Amino acid sequence: MIVDIGIIALKAFLVLFMVLNLAGVLGWIERKGSALMQDRIGANRASILGFAGMGLINTLVADPIKFLTKEDFIPPSGDKFLHTLAPCMALFPALVTFAVIPFGDTLQIGERVINLQVANLNIGILYVFAMGSLGVYGIVIGAWASNNKFSLLGGVRGSAQMISYEVAMGLSVIGILMVYGTLELQEIARGQGSLIREFLPESWRFLKAAIGWLPAWGIFLQPLAFLLFFTAAVAETKRVPFDLPEGESEIVAGYHVEYSGGKFLMFFAGEFAEIVTAAALMTTLFFGGCQGPYLLRDGFHFPWGTTWLLPNLAVTLLQMAAFAVKVVFFCWLQILLRWSVPRFRYDQVMRLGWKMLLPLALLNVIVTALVIVVVQ
Amino acid sequence: MIIFYTLAALLILSSLMVVFQRNVVHCAMALVAALFVIAILFVTLQAPMVGVLQILVYAGAIMVLFLFVIMLLNLAPEKLARSRIFTLRTLGACTALLLFVLFVKVLAAPTEGMMLAPHALPNGNIESIGKLLFEEYLLPFELTSFLILAAIIGAVTLAKQQPRK
Repeated sequence: MIVDIGIIALKAFLVLFMVLNLAGVLGWIERKGSALMQDRIGANRASILGFAGMGLINTLVADPIKFLTKEDFIPPSGDKFLHTLAPCMALFPALVTFAVIPFGDTLQIGERVINLQVANLNIGILYVFAMGSLGVYGIVIGAWASNNKFSLLGGVRGSAQMISYEVAMGLSVIGILMVYGTLELQEIARGQGSLIREFLPESWRFLKAAIGWLPAWGIFLQPLAFLLFFTAAVAETKRVPFDLPEGESEIVAGYHVEYSGGKFLMFFAGEFAEIVTAAALMTTLFFGGCQGPYLLRDGFHFPWGTTWLLPNLAVTLLQMAAFAVKVVFFCWLQILLRWSVPRFRYDQVMRLGWKMLLPLALLNVIVTALVIVVVQ
Repeated sequence: MIIFYTLAALLILSSLMVVFQRNVVHCAMALVAALFVIAILFVTLQAPMVGVLQILVYAGAIMVLFLFVIMLLNLAPEKLARSRIFTLRTLGACTALLLFVLFVKVLAAPTEGMMLAPHALPNGNIESIGKLLFEEYLLPFELTSFLILAAIIGAVTLAKQQPRK
């Protein structure tokens, strides 16, 4: 009993540690990466004993110290309690969502099989959406409690955008749920371990030869759903090109204009944690979670017949490394997207969410249903 | 049991805050907290699906709309009523007393045939809820979707901008 609780606590600590560290490193990648893309040098002045580490010291040491030691200013006519509560409400859902994301398959220590996921809920992905819908409160309350017209404008824009894209995000995932037949994220990740040829019936030999050797990842079975989910997730996290709520050139940082110091750090870290969450969700739903190519629980099983057996610990480490690589790739992709695409106008954002993503998601559901009925 | 009493205390505290706070936005946030605690209570009763639906729909969408309206109305903090305070307080006390008597009658009634202690019901997970919805309760499910469609059409008609002449 104690050991069980200890294992869960260790997993939770490990996940939080990884997410918060990745959020910090993403801040560095964003500053240095944007500098490289814009043909400038970026931040490189802060150094320890002459070692500036390409801006690492600046972002990872100097910035947090600066944020945490700044004066904590609450607007005098704003709402003190809600102003302090808002950053917590923005950070909480971003971190808590990781409780259901599987970062590996299973680890066998002695005779105890540990499922590498903090909480294996039956309702899996609904929990993710519930926490996503709680994320709106941080924006709404933060904007209102600042008693500032620009803040309120940014907050109202942000919350309208977030609730619109929640709908699109939820509907685009229904195709994945239909294909893998379960809501539990660990089962969806495991279901992507088999090859596509096991999903197709016996008589379709031509199609089997053509694509049957691919692993049954969500991206191959549901490409449209991936595009819709990617767009909706980027819009949920309010990153460019959807960052009108925080419109840097129009409303002066929007809903977090009155926040300084530690509270701004919480908003900032919350935004990067949401990037990591979106990347982890994309990995789990569409790219096989922790599955490496042809890597099953006891080793490699290549489609041309050769197998390469490995001990359980090595397989688990390889799977965790695969998961980490995929998550980092998607985080990097979102950061790259930020510095490549100009910001959308607000009516364009709303039109995309309701008039384009929503009908496409419904079309995806119908087509998936037809294909499943035909294949079986 | 201790979990239940803690959650119940939190729930009562949030509900009291909803009623007694002067600032309307504080009331709305206390309501969100109350709904969150109710969702946790559902999870302790082995019904995680209902708990998550509570957060997803009620606390996540409906309360956001409440907050929108409250924020855009920009009401001043409520002041204590100066006039008719005797009437208000007497009416309030009588209503509270009536509710109390009702609760005592309901909770003290003999309970054979009713389950009060939470135990693991077999129908908490999503597969069984899905089966129930699509097999036994299919007609109410479809009728509810029609009702929601009617509400959406009504809302869109009311909010539509009239074409300028």
